[in-house]
Amino acid sequence: MTRRQLLQTEETQTGKTRTAENQTEDVIAQPENGGTAHARAAEPEVAAAHTVELTAAEPGTAVMQAADVSATATPAAAEKPSAAAQPAETPPAKRKGGGDPEEPVLRVSDLSAAYRKNRVLEDVNFSVGRGTLTCIVGPNGAGKSTLLKVMLDLHPRLSGTVSFFGTTYGKVKSRIGYVPQRGAVDWDFPADALDVVLMGLYGQIGWLKWPRRRHRELALAAMEKMGIEHLAKRQISQLSGGQQQRVFLARALVQDADLYFLDEPLAGVDAATEWAIMETLRALKERGKTVLVVHHDLQTVREYFDHVLLLNRTVIAHGPTEETFTRDNIARTYGGALRWLEAGVV
Amino acid sequence: MIPALSPNAQWVLLSTLILGTASGIVGCLAYWKRHSLMSDALSHAALPGVVVGFALAGTKNLPLMIAGAAASALLGAWLVVGIRDHSRVKEDTAMGIVLSVFFGLGIMLLTIVNRLPGGNQAGLDSFIFGQAASMVRKDVYTMAGLALLVVIVTAVSFKEWKLWLFDPLFARGLGLPGRLMDAAYLTVVVLVIVIGIQAVGVILMAALFIIPAVSARYWTHSFGRMIALSALFGGAAGASGTLVSTMGEGWPTGPFIVIAAAVLFLVSLAFGWRKGVLVGVLQRYIRKRRMRRRTAPGTF
Amino acid sequence: MSYDGWILLTAALVGLSCGLVGSLLILRRMAMMADAISHTVLIGIVAAYLITRQLSGPHMLIGAMAAGLLTALLVEWFHDRGVRQEASIGVVFTTLFAIGVALIATRVGNVHLDVQHALMGEILFIPWERIDLPLIGSVPEATLLLAVVSVAVLALILLFYKEWKITTFDPALAASLGFPVALMHYLLMGMTSMTAVAAFDAVGAILALAMLITPAAAAYLWTERLSVMMALACAFGALSAFPGYYVAYLLDTSVSGTMAFTTGLIFLVSILFSPRHGIVAKRWKNKRRQTA
Repeated sequence: MTRRQLLQTEETQTGKTRTAENQTEDVIAQPENGGTAHARAAEPEVAAAHTVELTAAEPGTAVMQAADVSATATPAAAEKPSAAAQPAETPPAKRKGGGDPEEPVLRVSDLSAAYRKNRVLEDVNFSVGRGTLTCIVGPNGAGKSTLLKVMLDLHPRLSGTVSFFGTTYGKVKSRIGYVPQRGAVDWDFPADALDVVLMGLYGQIGWLKWPRRRHRELALAAMEKMGIEHLAKRQISQLSGGQQQRVFLARALVQDADLYFLDEPLAGVDAATEWAIMETLRALKERGKTVLVVHHDLQTVREYFDHVLLLNRTVIAHGPTEETFTRDNIARTYGGALRWLEAGVV
Repeated sequence: MIPALSPNAQWVLLSTLILGTASGIVGCLAYWKRHSLMSDALSHAALPGVVVGFALAGTKNLPLMIAGAAASALLGAWLVVGIRDHSRVKEDTAMGIVLSVFFGLGIMLLTIVNRLPGGNQAGLDSFIFGQAASMVRKDVYTMAGLALLVVIVTAVSFKEWKLWLFDPLFARGLGLPGRLMDAAYLTVVVLVIVIGIQAVGVILMAALFIIPAVSARYWTHSFGRMIALSALFGGAAGASGTLVSTMGEGWPTGPFIVIAAAVLFLVSLAFGWRKGVLVGVLQRYIRKRRMRRRTAPGTF
Repeated sequence: MSYDGWILLTAALVGLSCGLVGSLLILRRMAMMADAISHTVLIGIVAAYLITRQLSGPHMLIGAMAAGLLTALLVEWFHDRGVRQEASIGVVFTTLFAIGVALIATRVGNVHLDVQHALMGEILFIPWERIDLPLIGSVPEATLLLAVVSVAVLALILLFYKEWKITTFDPALAASLGFPVALMHYLLMGMTSMTAVAAFDAVGAILALAMLITPAAAAYLWTERLSVMMALACAFGALSAFPGYYVAYLLDTSVSGTMAFTTGLIFLVSILFSPRHGIVAKRWKNKRRQTA
């Protein structure tokens, strides 16, 4: 039995449909960015499609895009077996505030930031404990992506401090892994999947040197964990959305970091890939790594994440999902009447 | 060397070969940075600097003119970014503004300088359409040196370029110094432009930047090979274009180099075996035949 | 009319026609297409000459429009074959322009076009080449051409004003509502070519581009309304012409170069001092916000 067949049988046992592996080799992942005359005016914005949330939105408006997207993107969500592998309950010591003997892996104080003229983050305070799987949710324009970027020094901050493992970002860069949004990249670039995964090791390889055999092996191992080692030599323009996301995740895994930031990793991926990604994140958590995910799908928050941070320009609430992901908090974050409450989210 | 050409012509040939190669390489980087047309704006923006350099020296002094061109082009680049970042004017409009206004200034200065005693008409005008023939051996050494620098910078940090062009956000996350890459990129772009405008002129410089890189895309899926091919195409266009231009009296080199590059592009578009039109047609044909065989009666 | 009068009128007409077309161009992010077309009209003029053996206005106009449309079509064609937008524009216009220059330089068919003239125009010669019109008398040919083009452009813009507005702002919506988006695009390209070639004779390719893009960009910084933007763009264009001409006279330098540079100065003033979008105004507003 090959590794691939092994993976397939494992997944069919949990009742997931294997759509990702059924792709023919002619699949073109991203829609053609090219346009005829009539699409010309919109073309430069294509790359910004995934950063649409950075436009300022009044906190009061009910922006229900998150819930709507989830309704169409994951039709299999309703049939998820409740027996999906649930990790052991996280120890109660990881609560926000006092009682935690260990130094939190990430601590943010009084953070604020602007995007163009608008303040998108104001007075942000929270901390994240080790070995947790936290999601950040909020309406469009709430500043979720910006928060990630500001923490990683990819975007300037107006005020506040961020400490990682008790010290500054610069000192522990190699312990932090970042998986940006998939749409921010040009998938037409001449590279194969292995090339991209290897990029995760460039920090370790060093400036003037070339990747060696062992680096390649590490990359392949990471790809194996994501079930895509057979795509190593495949052109990235020929990968499906789910495969691309797995490549990104493999690239992050290969860095072997202790703290991971992922920006909307489940957006627009098929059910099988979503399952594979969450499995990987749970495995990371079990090994004591910490994971922070900007998430768009309110329906899956309870199932996937043990901690949640509700963000709308500032932190509305933060803590273990059980106690924090309440109807009240969600209403305060999203504002206005919310029709999906009836769909059984809360 | 080619026996039919005079020694001077051989030097010219060598220099356009070097230039084509260097601009093929940098053109590849610009292509993935989505800055292909920025080269057009920058090369037009270089004109005032060239004229000022000449005016300061009083005579044709290539290093000074190149320095002037570089300063002027960099100022242009800074303005494009400044306009884009500080106003609602979009980048393409900013490029158009810098391009035409700087070029206008350049023409203003050029006309004034041409009237001064010693204003070498042919020398300065050659910057508009390119007259590689006006280059002498010393110039070739200057160009070769700069081109070598370009090659070294690209080859040495090859994988860093690849990463930075593909996913700049992730690159910064890994610790790649974004500012350094930006500066290095701008430097090589401006260098190639300023050494190139002598051979092809400010108007056609963009062609050497864009056409070889686009042509290379059709032959390969590997970034490294694309750069190498682009360099090859650029050099070939430079050399063959110059050869053709020697066939006439006073023919400018620029247009013929560009036409040579365009021919290579059309060939690549048609026959390139990774993305070419012919290959696409063949693939579709093969697929159709397979489909027909599968659904032919009696095969079930 | 006096010698100076004709020149200023011609330049003002350039400002008018370019300001109208340019406003649409920059809003549709077609500044680089304008760059391309202002260069490729050269090959249109050369082709027209080769066919008709004359350098007359109407023939040049047709040749230029054909070249402009050819440019737009080729760019689309390459783009559909997978070449990136910018690269398509770059390949097409440089190649066509190079062919044009090569044709002239090699004197194929004895084309006696002065390329310098094509680039920089010679507005100073305009008043000498005249045409006799009934009623009005003797008028410089280039000015007449520009007047005709300006009227045509104005008419097209007024007639289809709301179509221009919607296809510029939201082409997807426009298409879904049944507006002929592609047609409008090619129409605009045709208008650009027409304007570019009419301006060519007077002020050359460089100034034509400067007049198309820069005054419209400056106008963009002063207003939120399309109609006002267009009017301002025309005004700024004309405004660059007058001092440009006099300064060029003073410095004894190229008129078109000076006019182009003046459009830049007007833009500089706009980007710094516009009350709504200028940098100075923004800094002041930020300071007020911080102290509040």
